[in-house]
Amino acid sequence: MSNAIAAALAPPTNPPEAVTLPPPSGFFRRFARNRVALVSLIVLLLIVLTAIFAPVLAPHDPAKSSLRNILKPPSAMYLLGSDDLGRDVLSRLIFASRLSLVASVQALVIAVGIGLPLGLISGYIGGWVDTVIMRFNDALMSFPALILAVVIVGLLGPSLTNAMTAIGLVYAPRIMRVVRGSTLSVREEVYVQAARATGCSDARIIARHVLPNITGPLVVQATVLMGHALLAEAGLSFLGLGVQPPETSWGAMLGTAFPYLAQSPTPTIAAGCIISVTVLCFNLIGDGLRDSVGRARRAGD
Amino acid sequence: MSEPCLKVDDLRVTFDVGHGRKLQAVAGVSFDIKPGQTLGLVGESGSGKSTTGLAALRLIPPTSGSVRLAGTELTRLRRRELRGMRRRMQMVFQDPYSSLNPSMTIGQLLEEPLVVHTKLSKDERRTAVERMLDSVGLSAQFAARYPHEFSGGQRQRIAIARAMMVRPDLIVLDEPVSALDVSTQSQILNLLTRIQAESGTAFLFIAHDLAVVRLMSPTVAVMYLGEIVEQGPSERVYDEPAHPYSAALISAVPFPDPDRRRSDDRLILGGDLPSPLNPPSGCRFRTRCPFAMDICATEAPPPVPIEGGGIASCHLHAHGPKLGGRSLRPFLADHGAIGHS
Repeated sequence: MSNAIAAALAPPTNPPEAVTLPPPSGFFRRFARNRVALVSLIVLLLIVLTAIFAPVLAPHDPAKSSLRNILKPPSAMYLLGSDDLGRDVLSRLIFASRLSLVASVQALVIAVGIGLPLGLISGYIGGWVDTVIMRFNDALMSFPALILAVVIVGLLGPSLTNAMTAIGLVYAPRIMRVVRGSTLSVREEVYVQAARATGCSDARIIARHVLPNITGPLVVQATVLMGHALLAEAGLSFLGLGVQPPETSWGAMLGTAFPYLAQSPTPTIAAGCIISVTVLCFNLIGDGLRDSVGRARRAGD
Repeated sequence: MSEPCLKVDDLRVTFDVGHGRKLQAVAGVSFDIKPGQTLGLVGESGSGKSTTGLAALRLIPPTSGSVRLAGTELTRLRRRELRGMRRRMQMVFQDPYSSLNPSMTIGQLLEEPLVVHTKLSKDERRTAVERMLDSVGLSAQFAARYPHEFSGGQRQRIAIARAMMVRPDLIVLDEPVSALDVSTQSQILNLLTRIQAESGTAFLFIAHDLAVVRLMSPTVAVMYLGEIVEQGPSERVYDEPAHPYSAALISAVPFPDPDRRRSDDRLILGGDLPSPLNPPSGCRFRTRCPFAMDICATEAPPPVPIEGGGIASCHLHAHGPKLGGRSLRPFLADHGAIGHS
C-alpha cells in the first residue's frame, strides 16, 4: 500500500512527451505559413504593379506597328517577339493586363452586388422568399457559365462592359449560394438571438451581426471568382465578344495571335501563360484564404 | 400588493416536430414576478425552463397563454411594438462564449442597446458604456477590445452590462453561471445581487443548480416536463417541500457539511424524464413518483395552497395520505420509499 503511494508520488521515469501546439497566431501569420498562397500573392502583386506602371515598364509603344518586323521571333529588341502587325508582344501584354484585371474586378463587383444582398435575404428570411430565390438560382446555375455569358453578350452586343456584365450575372448565383449558406449558419448563432433580445431590427442584425461574420467565406469565394472571371473574359475576348480593337486584353491577344501559331508561336504561348499564371494565383490565394479564415475568432487566439 | 413586473398566465409552447407530432415544451405555466424581485426557475434538463424564459420574452413565439410586462400584453404586440418593449426586458444567455458577436468590440456591443432604443449622442453613449463597464468591475479601457480577449467570467460581466445598458424592468437570466467555474460563479452572483439592489430590476433566474437559486431568489418555481409542479418562498420549498419532485431535487443537492448530513429524508428517483412528445396521462410525474396512486394516472393534480406559502400540484394533498397542504417531510420520514445515504 505505502509502496504504491510512494511509487505514485515518485517522479515519473519517462517524462511525458511535451505536447507541441502551433504557436497562437492571427490570420496573417496563418496565411503567411502557407508558402504556395504567399508566393501566389507576391506574383499577383507583381502583375498588378506591372499593370499600374505599364507606361513606365513597357519597352515600346504597344500600338506602334512596324511592317518590317511582322511575326518576328524573340530578340533583344522584341523580348517576346512581335505580332502580325509588327507590334511588340511584351509591351502589349503589359498594357493588356490593365484591361484584363479591371474587367475581372468589374465582373466581380456585379456578381457580389447581386449575389450578396440576395443571399443575405434568402438565408436570413428563409421560408418562401428563400425558396423562390433559390429555385431561380438553381435555374441560372444549371446553364454552363460561358455559354450563358455568350448568349447574354449576343443579346447585348459585343463590348467589354457587356461581356463583364454577363459574366457578373452568370457568377452572381455562386456568390449567392455561399452567402446564403453562411447566413443560414450564422443566423442560428446565440449572438444573433442576443441581438434580437436587445431589440435590434432585422436590417441591423443583418448589417452588424450577420454580414461581418460571413466575410471569411465571401472573400474566399470572391478570390476564386476573380480567377474565373479573368478566364471568362479571356474566353469571350478570344471569341471576339469582349474587348474590341484597338484596345486589347490577354484573351484578345490570344485570339489574334492564335491563327499565326505555326509561323510564330511565342505571342500565343506568352498570352496563354500569363492568363494561366494569373488564374492560378487567384485560385491558390483563394485556397490559402479558405484555410486561414474562420478559425481565428472561434479559437479565441 | 404592487402590480407584478412580469405576469405569465397559462403559457404554452408547442413545437411541430413533423409527421403531425407535437412537442409540448411548456404546458401551461403561470407565475409572476414583482418589481425588483427574483424568481428562480429550476428543473432538470429538458424540463422546459429555458423555453419558458425565451417564450416570456417572445424570442420564440408562445403557442397560447398570456405574458404581461408591466401591464402590457406581449403576446399580441406587433413586431415594431415588440422591439420597442425590448427596452424594458433584456436577456443574459448561458454561454458567454457564443452570446457576444466576435466581430464587435466591447464598446460596440454595449452601446448597441442605446443605439437601438435611445437618441443619445455618440459621446453620451461612450460615457454610459464606460460607466457601465466600471460598475460591472471592468476597466473602461476594455471598450476597444474584442470578446475573444476575455475570460468566461469577464464575458458574462460584459453580457450582464449589455443587458443593463437600457435599465430594463426585467432581465431573464438563462443559466447565467452554469458555464463558469465555481470561483467565478460566486463573483457573478454577487455582481447580479448588487446590480439588482442598485437598479431595482426584476430577474427571472433560470438554473438547474438549486444552491445557486436559493442564494439568488426569495421565491422559486420547480418545473417538471413543461409544468410548474411547486412554487413558493425558497425557504419553505427547500426546507419543507410539498411535492415529491421538489423533495427529490433537493435531496440530490450535495451537502457540503459532513456533520450535518441529511440522513432521514433522502428521496432518490429512478428513470429518466419521459419524452415530452408523449407525456404520461394525468400527473406528468407519476411514472417516476414513488407514491403514485390510481388517481394520478387519470387526473392531472390541481394546484393546492401550501402552508408557509406557495402552491404544489400533487394528489397526495387531497387523496391518499391527505397532506392538505402540509410539508412532505414527515410523510417521507414515515415511508419506506426513503433511501438512506
